[in-house]
Amino acid sequence: MAKVPVQFTLNGSEKAEFVESGTTLLNALRDKIGDTSPKGGCHQGTCGACSVIIDGELRLSCLTLAETCGGADIRTTAGLAEGGVLHPLQRAFLDAFATQCGFCTPGMIMAAKVLLDRTPNPSREDVVEALSGNICRCTGYEPIIQAVLLAARANSQNAA
Amino acid sequence: MSLALQTYSSVKDANAALQAAGARYIGGGTLVVRAANEGDISVSSLVRVTDPGLSRIAVSGGKVRLGASVTMAAIARHPELAALAPAARAVGGPAIRNMATVGGNLFAPSPYGDFAVALLALDATIVTEEGELPIETFLAGRDTSRAIVTAVEVALPEAESFRFLKVSRVKPKGVSVLSIAALLRRREDGTVTAARIALGCMADRPIRALAAEKALLGCKLTVQEIAPALMTSSEGIAPITDPIASAWYRAEVLPVHLGRLLLV
Ligand SMILES: Cc1cc2nc3c(=O)[nH]c(=O)nc-3n(C[C@H](O)[C@H](O)[C@H](O)COP(=O)(O)OP(=O)(O)OC[C@H]3O[C@@H](n4cnc5c(N)ncnc54)[C@H](O)[C@@H]3O)c2cc1C
Ligand code: FES
Ligand code: FES
Repeated sequence: MAKVPVQFTLNGSEKAEFVESGTTLLNALRDKIGDTSPKGGCHQGTCGACSVIIDGELRLSCLTLAETCGGADIRTTAGLAEGGVLHPLQRAFLDAFATQCGFCTPGMIMAAKVLLDRTPNPSREDVVEALSGNICRCTGYEPIIQAVLLAARANSQNAA
Repeated sequence: MSLALQTYSSVKDANAALQAAGARYIGGGTLVVRAANEGDISVSSLVRVTDPGLSRIAVSGGKVRLGASVTMAAIARHPELAALAPAARAVGGPAIRNMATVGGNLFAPSPYGDFAVALLALDATIVTEEGELPIETFLAGRDTSRAIVTAVEVALPEAESFRFLKVSRVKPKGVSVLSIAALLRRREDGTVTAARIALGCMADRPIRALAAEKALLGCKLTVQEIAPALMTSSEGIAPITDPIASAWYRAEVLPVHLGRLLLV
């Protein structure tokens, strides 16, 4: 199978790799580049565990071909903490017990991040809608919704 | 699995590439990449087009031309497309809507194709390099159509005349039990003078409720007067059975939901 070059920015640093044509971004990130924060739950677009942010928009990396990401700005949960300090969303997920097995967490956090980037003070309905493409088998969702609202409050307090 | 992606800057070149055996067009990829992930080996190459014209939305004179690569998210947030937004927002979750295209929705088999249901009620025109087709003709022949859809043209309805409803079990977002779109023209006194009703999940693709459309003519939207239309709404349907609902269930609840849509 012919290999094709792909080049993009991952969490702010340049990446260049050769992948087999038709490789999903999820597989390229995990198996080639070594960022295992996006999870492969279903490879069908159903669970949201593979969610990443591409050029500011939430995408499913399992349904995105790596080759189509040339020049893109890709963000994953692995790039959120800065200098060992957790991102407010990560902090809030811990404080609100929004993580049990943790498999859904990176996808949930990506979905929540695009929400808070655009809507810093979301309503509960906004949060539910933003997370509607992400499945969690453990928490029953309520702690996750609370965590996102908590992170929003923490952000607005910091900004004040 | 071996899958090769071929990228073209023009629709013409891509159309030529699609003549090869095993070649399939890729829009947002939510269905074709999923099929490949599931082990569908009938597709060996995916053909994509990068022409930015395919992602353009042009509104003028009460009409909109949606490029085939326009996403559900782009429609949902467009200030002049409020009439289409509910149907666009009904598709998948936020990530799916950022990827799912208008073109792909026209080909999506039931239980998908919610946006195509809205387009069918609105009598959209499907544009390819070979010419233009009314959506009804297009949907009937879509299994054998090879030409890339480049755009969809549709007259924007007045907010009052167009209604859309998707019924799903998982809230707020889930796969359709059914979806219904209705375009109704009414006289001052509320009497229906024209009706076009499209149904999702009532066949393998969106279909019209022709008998119900006819039965609505001359009626006011009251419980008594729409009763005959509801009775005939299941004429000609062959609903799908899937993990969401059986064909029997879908047929049973269709009149109930059509009634709710008409009585709002
Ligand atoms: C988790 C999940 C949830 C979903 N939920 C919904 C939902 O609620 N409602 C709904 O309607 N759909 C839903 N879908 C299905 C799908 O995402 C949408 O129907 C979407 O609009 C398909 O568009 P696409 O661009 O991703 O299609 P693709 O996967 O790119 O293509 C689908 C098919 O259409 C053909 N095609 C695409 N564009 C063109 C074109 N321009 N010309 C010719 N052929 C073309 C392709 O060759 C392919 O056969 C869901 C899918 C997933 C994975
Ligand atoms: S792995 Fe991508 S949505 Fe489940
Ligand atoms: S914490 Fe286990 S799936 Fe969400």
